Amino acid sequence: MILSVLSSLVLVSGLMVVRAKNPVHSVLFPILVFCDTSGLLLLLGLDFSAMIFPVVHIGAIAVSFLFVVMMFHIQIAEIHEEVLRYLPVSGIIGLIFWWEMFFILDNETIPLLPTQRNTTSLRYTVYAVKVRSWTNLETLGNLLYTYYFVWFLVPSLILLVAMIGAIVLTMHRTTHGAVKRQDVFRRNAISFRRTIMRRTTDPITR
Amino acid sequence: MMLEHILVLSAYLFSIGIYGLITSRNMVRALMCLELILNAVNINFLKGNIFSIFVIAIAAAEASIGSAIVSSIYRNRKSTRINQSTLLNK
Repeated sequence: MILSVLSSLVLVSGLMVVRAKNPVHSVLFPILVFCDTSGLLLLLGLDFSAMIFPVVHIGAIAVSFLFVVMMFHIQIAEIHEEVLRYLPVSGIIGLIFWWEMFFILDNETIPLLPTQRNTTSLRYTVYAVKVRSWTNLETLGNLLYTYYFVWFLVPSLILLVAMIGAIVLTMHRTTHGAVKRQDVFRRNAISFRRTIMRRTTDPITR
Repeated sequence: MMLEHILVLSAYLFSIGIYGLITSRNMVRALMCLELILNAVNINFLKGNIFSIFVIAIAAAEASIGSAIVSSIYRNRKSTRINQSTLLNK
C-alpha cells in the first residue's frame, strides 16, 4: 500500500514539474519526487542510498536551484500556445518507443506488463545473510575504499572541477578589483609572537 | 514485484523528463527536468548499488555547473527563454 502511495506521488509530481505554470513550482515538485524516491529506496531495502538521496538531492541540488530561481525575475505565466504543435509527430514517436520497450523488457522480470505469460518468478533464500548480515554501508565501504578506491577518488576530482568551474563562470568583471587576495610573502613573514597576545581579563563574562 | 514497479517507474520518470526537457521554454525548468532524468536513471541503476553514488555525485556537479551557466546567461541577456540564442543564424 505504501508502495502504491509513493509511486503515485512520484507519478503526479513528475508530471507537475513539466506542467506547472510558475517556475518556482517546477523547482519545488522535484523535491517531492526526491522524497518519494527516497521512500521507495527504503522499501527496496537500500537504507544507505535512501539516506543519501535527501541529503544530496534535496539539500544540495534542489536548494541551489531554488537559489537560482529566486534570484531571477522570471515571468510567471507562460503561454502554452506551441505545446500541441508537436503532439501528432511526437505522439507517434512516443508510442513507437513504448511499443519497442515491450520487446526489450523480459517477461519474467516484469510480470505486470501485458506481455506476460503465466510464469511465476523464482524465490530463493540467501543463506549468507543469516550467518552474518552486513549493513548496506558495510558492503559499500568494503568495495569502495579497498578495491575500487580510484572510482572513489575520481568523483572527488570531478566535484572539485565543478566547484572551480561554477566560481569561474559566475565571476564577472566588477568583482575583479574587489576580490581579496593574499600576499603570500607577507603571509609567510608574520610571526605569531608579535600578533597573538594573551588576555588576562575576559570582557564578555566577568 | 517491487523491483518491477521501480523499473517501470524509472522509465516513466525518464520519459516525462525528456518530454519536459525538450518542450520547456524556461531554462530552469529544463534543468529541473534534467535532474528528473538523472533521478530516474539512478533508480534504474540501484540494482547494483555502488554505481548510484557516482550518479549522485555527477548529478550534483552537473547541477552546479548548469545553474552557473544559467545565471551567467541571465545576467547577460536578462531573460531565460531558451529560443533566444539565435545569433548564429545571422
